[in-house]
Amino acid sequence: MYGNGLVNGLLVTLKHFVDTYVDDVRYLVKGGRYRQEHVMERQAHKAVGIYTVQYPDERLPVPENFRYIPFLVVDEATGEERCTGCGICAKVCPPQCIWIVRAKDPETGRPKTKSAEFVIDATICMNCGLCAEFCPFDSIKMDHDYELAAYDRFDALVFAKDRLNKTDTYHYQIHPSAKAIEEQSRKKKGSKDE
Amino acid sequence: MADKTATTPVAELTGETQQLVEHFGESVQPAEYEGVVIDAAKLVEAATHIRDELGYNYLSSLTAVDYLKEGYFEVVYHAYRLAEGGGPLVFKARTPRDVAKLPSLTPVWRGAELQEREAWDLMGISFEDHPDLRRILLWEGFEGHPLRKDWKEPYYEADAKPFKSRWPDGQHVRAEDRVEWHDNVQYPQGWNPETFTPETKTLLYKGLTSVPESGGNGHDAIHTDEVIVSMGPQHPSTHGVFRMVVSLQGETIVNLKPVIGYLHRNHEKIGERNTYIQNMPFTDRLDYIASMSNNFGYAITVEKLMGIAPPERAEYIRVIMAEFTRIISHLVAIGFLFNDLGAYFTPALYGLEERERILDLFEMASGSRMMCNYFRFGGVAKDVSEDFIRLARELAFERLPGIIDEFERYLNNNEIFRERTIGVGVLSTEDAIRFSTSGPLLRASNVPYDVRRAEPYSIYDRFDFDVVTRPTGDVYDRYIVRIEEVRQSVRILQQALDQIPEGEIQTGKKKYQDRVAAGQAYGRVEGPKGELGFYVVSDGSINPYRYHIRAPTFINITPLVEMCKGFKVADVVVILGSIDIVLGEVDR
Repeated sequence: MYGNGLVNGLLVTLKHFVDTYVDDVRYLVKGGRYRQEHVMERQAHKAVGIYTVQYPDERLPVPENFRYIPFLVVDEATGEERCTGCGICAKVCPPQCIWIVRAKDPETGRPKTKSAEFVIDATICMNCGLCAEFCPFDSIKMDHDYELAAYDRFDALVFAKDRLNKTDTYHYQIHPSAKAIEEQSRKKKGSKDE
Repeated sequence: MADKTATTPVAELTGETQQLVEHFGESVQPAEYEGVVIDAAKLVEAATHIRDELGYNYLSSLTAVDYLKEGYFEVVYHAYRLAEGGGPLVFKARTPRDVAKLPSLTPVWRGAELQEREAWDLMGISFEDHPDLRRILLWEGFEGHPLRKDWKEPYYEADAKPFKSRWPDGQHVRAEDRVEWHDNVQYPQGWNPETFTPETKTLLYKGLTSVPESGGNGHDAIHTDEVIVSMGPQHPSTHGVFRMVVSLQGETIVNLKPVIGYLHRNHEKIGERNTYIQNMPFTDRLDYIASMSNNFGYAITVEKLMGIAPPERAEYIRVIMAEFTRIISHLVAIGFLFNDLGAYFTPALYGLEERERILDLFEMASGSRMMCNYFRFGGVAKDVSEDFIRLARELAFERLPGIIDEFERYLNNNEIFRERTIGVGVLSTEDAIRFSTSGPLLRASNVPYDVRRAEPYSIYDRFDFDVVTRPTGDVYDRYIVRIEEVRQSVRILQQALDQIPEGEIQTGKKKYQDRVAAGQAYGRVEGPKGELGFYVVSDGSINPYRYHIRAPTFINITPLVEMCKGFKVADVVVILGSIDIVLGEVDR
């Protein structure tokens, strides 16, 4: 019959419409419509209906691999930067947004294995993660903090060390599996040196 | 370019190129690395011979390379056989840099039209007898041809990355502060914006207006005129910044010209400044709905040059990602086709709902939802976790098959949809081939051609799937092809997820700078929107000498005018939606 297709289609939308509320009621009974612990569940593949995450009151947890503007890892106990100023990140960076001044020994003038200045221009950074991937010293890592809005378009988004340096505690907190991997690779390197 | 010495290998002649050499004698010479060089005077004749006698009826890619040191431009053509599948016949034509003139191949393949305009625009090679040789990606007043090796952008710093100014003495300077206008622009001497009228702008409109003879309606007293309407670039139906200049007789389309380039950033020039690995995240930004597919095409092309192949597990991960990408792209295409039809957002929302779930998987594996940057030469960036495989299995085995059924129940028999799309925007089989269309557009016109089947790359020869075709080539058929292809993708996913082995994900050691052996390679994959090709020329350094993209949707808009003629304005919107263009890729 002409019009059957239309009616059948509308039944599908009706089902979606009802599902959304049925699911809302179910979670209301479980302790509130919007609960952080339900967020993932209601986004997963078994979810029925459509669920809106009420950002910024609620947010989706980001996975460990998530990558945003990089940061530099500093040892919290000693206060020492892991970065040696080798410049691999600056060389691999596709939009060339990393600027590094290599530290020099004040007496001899020879380059030291430290960086004097380290700048990332966040307005250029494309969050590709190549710097973190190729850093041989596990010193530059991708951050999870994606809220960068600032009042100034330019200077506030050029990050120097005061903004880039973050502790290794923070690093292991957002990358829980990193510790084991880093220790393993350090062992490997150590055995090679012997 | 490294000096071409006697050591540069000359291509061996195969059956077909041997035949060409025999037929045309002196005018056809074997080229370096691959293919043959055809004398410009004989080019059209030889191309007709290649199409009709040798059976290479499909012109896939046309691009130009600037050999600055040698002093000539080389235009490279890749032609394929649609019926038999298999590899390309590569032929080239050369022209001195100061002449820069070649005969146009549009009489042989209409699909060359936009590609030749692109070569004119970016490389400055003029094609004789081209029906409409105007700039296409850049604006009409642009000075110079940016892909020439001696052209420099206002932000020019050095010919190749990495820039020396970044390390070891890297003082941060904003590029805007280094140039006069504090922006990425430069003006020729004495140029005045007040008095400037680009000649080609008038050409655009001149090509559209036809002077009506005696009213045209049988009543000499009533005079009717054609109206020219500019649709876009800021039009909700154009999927981005696409502009169509249409000339109308009442509400019926008489002629149409696409105007593109609003999102142009000269991806290829950027690519030639970059090192090989640095291009990977840039490819994400071509077809931004399907970044994994773009990665795939670029990775296999450079792997061809490097002569490496990824390990088994990485191959499976690649296929899984590429098929998920196809599902995303098709669901979004279907959703927005309905949006164009006036169904408002419901179908699009249902498509995006599934897309979210797949993007969550991408984020889990690669760290980013859309700009995945996940493929590496000889592998992938990171291994996927067990969680990923579990969630992917749940999607592929439990959720997605039901979703496709629901889409079909929801939309296939909708009477309004059928009335609006059946018989609209028909592209005949002959036209589809002549215009070099690819992907769902080609298959809906009854050409069973899929790169995954015709010239299998990666491990696609191991999977069972059908190449979906439909007989008539109207908008409805394109919709059905997409729905069916989602089903086939789910089939491939199920097989891949069942068979994926444990093991390494990277061949050799990943390097932050790859030195790639000198050579030329054309790699192509079946992207969701059509055949995505990469043409890379290496001179043995860490930067590609030439980096060209055969963007499927760029070439798919060539037959837009043929499809639209005689239909109403509202249909144009739907026909454009059925091609499924993404401006990130069209404009590059």
